[in-house]
Amino acid sequence: MLHFQKWKVILVGAIVLAGFIFAAPNLFPSSALQGLPSWVPHKQVNLGLDLQGGAHLLYRIDETELVDDWLDTIRGDVRETLRSNRIGYIDLEMNSADRSVSVRIRKPEDVDKAYSELRKLVAPVGNDVFGGFSGNDMDIAKSGDQITLTATEVGLNERISSAIQASIETIRRRVDAFGTTEPSIQREGRDRILVQVPGVSDVQRLKGLIGETGKLEFKLVDPSVNAAEIAMTKKVPPGDELLYSEDEPPIPYVLKDRVLVSGENLVDSQPGFDARNGEPVVNFRFDAAGAKRFGRATQDNVGLPFAIILDNKVISAPVIREPILGGSGQISGNFTVQEANDLSVLLRSGALPAKLSVIEERTVGASLGADSIDSGQKAAIAGMVLVVLFMFAAYGLFGAFANIALLVNVALIFAVLSLMGATLTLPGIAGIVLVIGIAVDANVLINERIREEIRAGKSPIAAVDSGYSRALIAIIDSNVTTLIAVLVLFWLGSGPVRGFAVTLTIGILASMFTAVTVTRMLVAAWLRWKRPKELPL
Amino acid sequence: MFRGITFVPPDTKIDFVSQRAISWFVSAFLTVVPLVLVATVGLNMGIDFQGGTLIEVQTKENPAKLADIRGKISGLGLGEVQIQEFGAPDEVLIRIASQPTEEEQQASIAKVKEALGDSVTYRRTEIVGPTISSELIAGGTLAVVVAMIGILIYVWFRFEWQFAVAAIASLVHDVTATIGLYALLQLEFNVSSIAAILTIIGYSLNDKVVIFDRIRENLRKYKRMPLVELLDRSINEMLSRAILTHVTTLLAMLPFLFFGGEAIYGFAVAMCFGIVVGAYSSIFVASPMQLILGVQREAFSGSTSSAKGKTEKGDAEAAAGA
Repeated sequence: MLHFQKWKVILVGAIVLAGFIFAAPNLFPSSALQGLPSWVPHKQVNLGLDLQGGAHLLYRIDETELVDDWLDTIRGDVRETLRSNRIGYIDLEMNSADRSVSVRIRKPEDVDKAYSELRKLVAPVGNDVFGGFSGNDMDIAKSGDQITLTATEVGLNERISSAIQASIETIRRRVDAFGTTEPSIQREGRDRILVQVPGVSDVQRLKGLIGETGKLEFKLVDPSVNAAEIAMTKKVPPGDELLYSEDEPPIPYVLKDRVLVSGENLVDSQPGFDARNGEPVVNFRFDAAGAKRFGRATQDNVGLPFAIILDNKVISAPVIREPILGGSGQISGNFTVQEANDLSVLLRSGALPAKLSVIEERTVGASLGADSIDSGQKAAIAGMVLVVLFMFAAYGLFGAFANIALLVNVALIFAVLSLMGATLTLPGIAGIVLVIGIAVDANVLINERIREEIRAGKSPIAAVDSGYSRALIAIIDSNVTTLIAVLVLFWLGSGPVRGFAVTLTIGILASMFTAVTVTRMLVAAWLRWKRPKELPL
Repeated sequence: MFRGITFVPPDTKIDFVSQRAISWFVSAFLTVVPLVLVATVGLNMGIDFQGGTLIEVQTKENPAKLADIRGKISGLGLGEVQIQEFGAPDEVLIRIASQPTEEEQQASIAKVKEALGDSVTYRRTEIVGPTISSELIAGGTLAVVVAMIGILIYVWFRFEWQFAVAAIASLVHDVTATIGLYALLQLEFNVSSIAAILTIIGYSLNDKVVIFDRIRENLRKYKRMPLVELLDRSINEMLSRAILTHVTTLLAMLPFLFFGGEAIYGFAVAMCFGIVVGAYSSIFVASPMQLILGVQREAFSGSTSSAKGKTEKGDAEAAAGA
């Protein structure tokens, strides 16, 4: 057992060397690494938000709004279908509570035709693992003269999925504009999005930017009524709606219901400055269809004010001085430079499909992060030094072998963490410390076993040999059980707990390698070199 | 050549299992008292499991004027508010009870920031909404239970059901004792506490499996030795290893307790306690339980005759050497 095949020695040596090489970049500040040639490993361990500061925001998409929007679309489709087939109907209603749209057909003889036409609205949803058919997005039912379309669970999940995807894209564009490094935006569970932005200092602004739906609309102001009066009485004329500005106190506006142009027709928006007074403004440009509609609307309403509305709040209501035909315009509204910048980002990134609300928020200031990493480092190094001294005190030379293995172990953890792009958190540092305990235990088991074998009268080589092979069973059993607990942590945990589990898993695997293989090779080499009559153990 | 200090003499003969009456009493104490503590004093539930807002600030004046801050915040109508010093004298922790909805929760933090203005810098804010906190409780409990089941199955496969049951019983003992510590010291119980508990489970089990391994080996080796004697012998044989391992792990963990910073203090306390309590339960709970459960020797008589010959010869040599 103490003779190793050459290829094994080379392989183990290569792994150890690779461990040191890939762990090495972590010893230097990242600025120092920039200057090195490209073939030198650059990857460092990512520091978790708790160690470098930053924001962790968990959003949930508003399902009710999503369902209502969808039912609204279905209602529109039903109306369109029945009209184009010249089928008379009454009581076209949507019911949010049971996610359905129902309609009654006027003439009994039309019911079957209506049913077969409306059936065409039902679409299959293929979103299971094998890409196969997993159900329809709606159920259609007929009772008497009434036809009901009900949104199904699969259909709803599909809607949520695609809304989440779209939201992630939108959020990514918005966060990118924020200019921080390596934000992470990912789906969590069924209806959630986790946004992690390291190093961000102004979390309020970030939240403002992400959380705004960003729905832009242009509507005409109804000139025939007095907005202040209607705001008091709340009696809004039919075809109109009452909205407020973001001022303090809010200014009421009575607007025509119909949307002239919406943000969907926007192709670009950029912050800029008004040529006349130098105030920050947002310049925007419409696509061809939008430009045409905006041109026609402004042509017909010269001299009247129109409102620019963002998320149902009036930003400004300028008077149309002349038709805006070129498809580009300007939004002004007493913005600061930053506000104009954020608004242009919001418009450029497109609207969110539904409202997002923050259900969990954890932010760590950069100074606290720096303090945490500082104290974590200190504690880890102190712990490491204590362990190394203790191991040497307990086992002398064999303790030194164990210490070398420990060093390799820590290097391997950092190498794997760096290569995987995994994140090191404060609990992760604690995990590394625990790995040190577990790795030491493997060596303690081996060394104690060797001592027992020596006491049983075995020769040094035989004692080492059976010490290793017998301790191996206990090492594997004990490490696998720990691994089970840790994998559960990874599977069910989140955030820092997961980081902790990752470091612990890597550490346990590395320790099984180093404690058993690396130390054994060291001991074997020493035995061959010294050929001792008795072991110093 | 320096051969190392022998911290534990190699031939201890301590009656661990034979004197089990005392240890049963201690174990019962370590299991019942925590439950009583949790029921009466209660756990200091962090916002992870309760929902709520936590704001850590550093004041510009040192030390912080807690009364001042309390005055500014208590008037905001946010329900129960806790303000306490945290670590350094200019660091203050503000805790606000969970608000009915997620929107109100978001609004609460804005109100606090408005009230405190520029007098402080914000080091950390955490807002956990009501939905998340209940999920975290469910997830945490599930994690502990699933880990226990996984371990039960593994130990059952590798050993015998008696070992698996003994392992789980002693792990439950460790978990209740640790939770009791949280209640006693009123340490904040949060997601890291669950991580600490799972880690303690993993570590403590590691320890038990090592002793089980030796018990199994001795069951094969000494076929006619009374079980009590065999268990005592197994524990004594592993005593040196157990002490060295626990001391090193404690040495690695203790620095976190003293200068790991506030963020990891609670975690480190639990870990250090868990290491000690896990070491205790390996010897005084997991092993004596074998007596109650009645380990079947036949299950371990499957070793080959050559292996048997080897071990018996080893024994003879040991006897001759002694």
